[in-house]
Formats: sequence, structure tokens, C-alpha cells
Amino acid sequence: MVRAVGRYTLEIVQSLGDLALFVGRSFRMAVGSRKLGRRVVRAMFEQGARCLPVILIVGLFTGLVLGLQGYYVLNRFGSESLLGTLVSLSIVRELGPVLAALMLVGQAGSALAAELGIQRNTEQIAALETMGVSSHAYLVAPRLIAALMVFPMQTALFCCVGLWGGSLSGSLLLGLEPGIYWSAVERAVELVDVRECMTKAVTFGFLTMTLCAYHGFNAHRCRSGTGARGVSASTTRAVVQSSIIVLAADYVITSFLI
Amino acid sequence: MAIESQDLLLKVEGLQKRFGEQSVLAGASLTVPRGSLVAVLGRSGAGKSVFLKCLADVIEPDAGEIWFDGRLLARGDAGVRQHFRSRCSFLFQSNALFDSLTALENVALPLEQTMDLQAGEVRERSLEALKQLELEAFWDRYPGQMSGGMQKRLALARAIVTRPELVLFDEPTAGLDPVRRNAVFTMIAKYQRQFGFTALIVTHDVPEALVAADRVALLDTGRMVFQGSPGEFIASEEAMVIQFRDSEKELSKMLASIRRGETIQTEDT
Repeated sequence: MVRAVGRYTLEIVQSLGDLALFVGRSFRMAVGSRKLGRRVVRAMFEQGARCLPVILIVGLFTGLVLGLQGYYVLNRFGSESLLGTLVSLSIVRELGPVLAALMLVGQAGSALAAELGIQRNTEQIAALETMGVSSHAYLVAPRLIAALMVFPMQTALFCCVGLWGGSLSGSLLLGLEPGIYWSAVERAVELVDVRECMTKAVTFGFLTMTLCAYHGFNAHRCRSGTGARGVSASTTRAVVQSSIIVLAADYVITSFLI
Repeated sequence: MAIESQDLLLKVEGLQKRFGEQSVLAGASLTVPRGSLVAVLGRSGAGKSVFLKCLADVIEPDAGEIWFDGRLLARGDAGVRQHFRSRCSFLFQSNALFDSLTALENVALPLEQTMDLQAGEVRERSLEALKQLELEAFWDRYPGQMSGGMQKRLALARAIVTRPELVLFDEPTAGLDPVRRNAVFTMIAKYQRQFGFTALIVTHDVPEALVAADRVALLDTGRMVFQGSPGEFIASEEAMVIQFRDSEKELSKMLASIRRGETIQTEDT
């Protein structure tokens, strides 16, 4: 029992060290890498434009349902005028960064892990190395740099659409004056909330895309199997671990910034 | 026939590699003369691909020395290894083409990433390589839209576009029918002479290798049990060479025994 716990602990420490080396190598090799900007733009398109519909849809429905639930709860106390405060603080502080990150993990993160896993299996990564091209700089670094920019942008968009969804729900469907809603939003959201939101978005983007890239890149080392099974297992692991890390990091950041 | 050391492009001494308890390479040595086409033969699972991947730095050997153009490729010496990589290309058994890039982008990739060339020059050289391999009409196709033979030629175009001195071929004819096998060997021999690179081919196709190669080596149980010219290979009395060379005669004998109803012993592959 003690031996098993010890072995498991050592494995975790080893994996964390390996992950840190993976990130360090990716950024180190990216320095001076040719055409890095072009690959970052391409990665931004993949993580940004392609994930836009899901961000807009989920953001809108989050705002709508929050507005609906919030209105009926506040109505019991005659405080419907505070709907803007409730929706805006919920979305900007918590739901925006967390849900946007989870959506991006589901779409861009899983795609990244699967793509790298297949490239590993079909020896495309080995081919890059034999050409003298760093696979970390060519394949991983652009995705990580793009995530640092795309996650905050997508989160901001999610929050805007969510706020609009709350307004739609509260004023258009339930009859609350739009001016009351938006003035409450304006009063409630302060710069510190926006900073918290962006801090979370950048952190989630870095952590989740790192995990997805790491698992995809090392799909050949997956214990669950090799080939298609290995890619499948590493993609699943990437998505599950990324989702957990989003929620765990959210708690840690909130506890520091609240 | 002795080879002068200055004529050697590649010299491998005592290469060893283990995977867990299994020893794949147990001191394999090989010399590759400059400008030659060398074929490394061996049974399936003899460690031929591992040997080649150790040379290409895809797999790290446990022990042994690799000399390229008179310089030792020491582990940890990133500069020397980078220099080696810039002068060497590797053709994977699976071709390892980038399936999300077009034929032109595949060929241009090593030029863009490893050389200081203007965009126009990269395009020009890439198209030239495609033209030499008779693929210029397919520059905008993705590898998935090409036949197996075209993919092989595209992989070769990508390998030669940087004008390497050494090209390593990992079982280029694996899984091909005899007609296509001949075509691939002819293609390699033709372009090897045309571009003047040194070629090291790992294969188990004996007849084709004996016709196309300048030198032949036989890898068995992790060691090179034979190295010499095709003529020397044909004349060799080495037991493993005889077994490998005369496999068709062995097959005829065994089939005759089966027809006679005799019990024969088969060896696990």
C-alpha cells in the first residue's frame, strides 16, 4: 500500500517535471524560430474563429438562463432592479472565464491533442526532427502563444454576449426596463472584476492548451495503448485533465483575488 | 576491397541499442563510401529500421560511434548534430508527409524552416524539386489525394530539396508489389546518380538491392554479418548470407518436402 502510494506520488512528480520541461523547451526553441508569427496567426484562427460559434451560443444561453433564474429569485424580494448586478458579476467573475475555457478545451483543445497524437503516430513529428526543425517550436509554441491571446478575447466576447443574453431575458421577455438592467451592470462591474476575469482567462488558456499539447505530443507514451487507441486515450485524458484544472485553478485564483 | 578513409561519408562503429530486456543492435558497424548506394539487408525485425533511426537521430543509441564526413557525431554536441541534420535527409517507410499541407508546402517546409531563403526562392526550388520528380502538376494536391507511388516521390522530393549529401531510406518498398518495387528502386538509383547524393537503403528485397546497390550489408542479430559488393555477396559462403540469398531455393526444397508428406520444422519469424 505504502509502496503503491509512493510510486504513484513519484509518477505525478515525474509527470509534472516532464510537463515543465515540455513547456520550457517549447518557448526556448520558439526563440528565433522561422515564420513563427505566421504559425501563431494560423493557431489563433483555429482556436479563435473556429470556436466562435460555440462561444456565442453558449454565452447567449448562459446569459438568458441566468437572467431568467435571477429575475424570479430577485422578484421574491422585490429587487428585480439588481438583475444587471447579479448577471454581470456572475458572468464576468466566474461563468465567463470558466465556461469559455471549457468550451475552448472541448473544441480547440481536443482538436490539438488529437492532431498532435496523429502527427506523432504517422511519424510527422519525427520527420520534422530529422529535417532539423524543432517540433516544439514548429507545432507546440505557436498554439501556446495563440492561447494566451485567444482565451482572453473569447472570454471577453462570451461575457458581452452573456450580458446581452441577460438583458434579453430580463427586459424583452420579463418586462424589466433595459435602462435599469444596463445601469446596474455599469455600477456593478469594476476594473478589478475585469482584471480578475482576464487573469483567469490567460491562466486557463495557458494551462489547458499546455496539457492538451503535452498529451497529444506524447501519445506514443500512452499506457492505454498505441495507434488509434493511444490517440483516443491521450485526447480524452487531455480534455478531462484540462476541465479539472480549469475548475481547480478557478478556485485558487478566486481565493487569492476575492 | 579496402575503402580509403577520406572516401567515407559515413562510418558507424559498434552501435548498440536495447529496448528493455531486448537487445536490437549489438555492436553494428558499417562504412558508407561517398556517392555510393548502400543497401542494408536483413530479416524482418532484425533491427534495420532501428539502425537507420539511430543514424538519423530519431532514436538515441545506447553505445557506439557515428562518424559523418570525418567528424564524430557526439551526443550532446548540438552544433555538430544540427550540421549533420542539415546535410542528411530521411525517407520514412510511411513517407511521414504532412497531411494538412499541400505537395508544394510539404516540399517547401525544410527550406523555409532551415534555410535563409527569400519566399520566391523557396517556391522556385520547391517547384523545381516537384518537377524533377514529375509532380509539378500536382503541386496543390494534398498527400491524401495522391497515389502511393506519388506519395513516395513527394517524400523523395522533400528529402532532396535541401540538396543533402546523404539520404537514408527506411524500407522504401515495404508492402509494394514486385512491379512497384522495381519502379521505386529504379527511381532511387536514377535520382541518386542524377543528384549525386549518397544513399543508404534499408530493405529486405534481395534481388532489387543487388541490382541497384554499389555495396550490400547484411544485418542479423544486431550485427553486420556481411559487408561488400553485390558480387561478393553472391559469392559469399557466410551461412546467413547463403540463407538470405538462397531463400527461394530453400522455399522450393521445403515445398517439395511438404508435397512428399515429410514433416518440416519452421522457424518463428
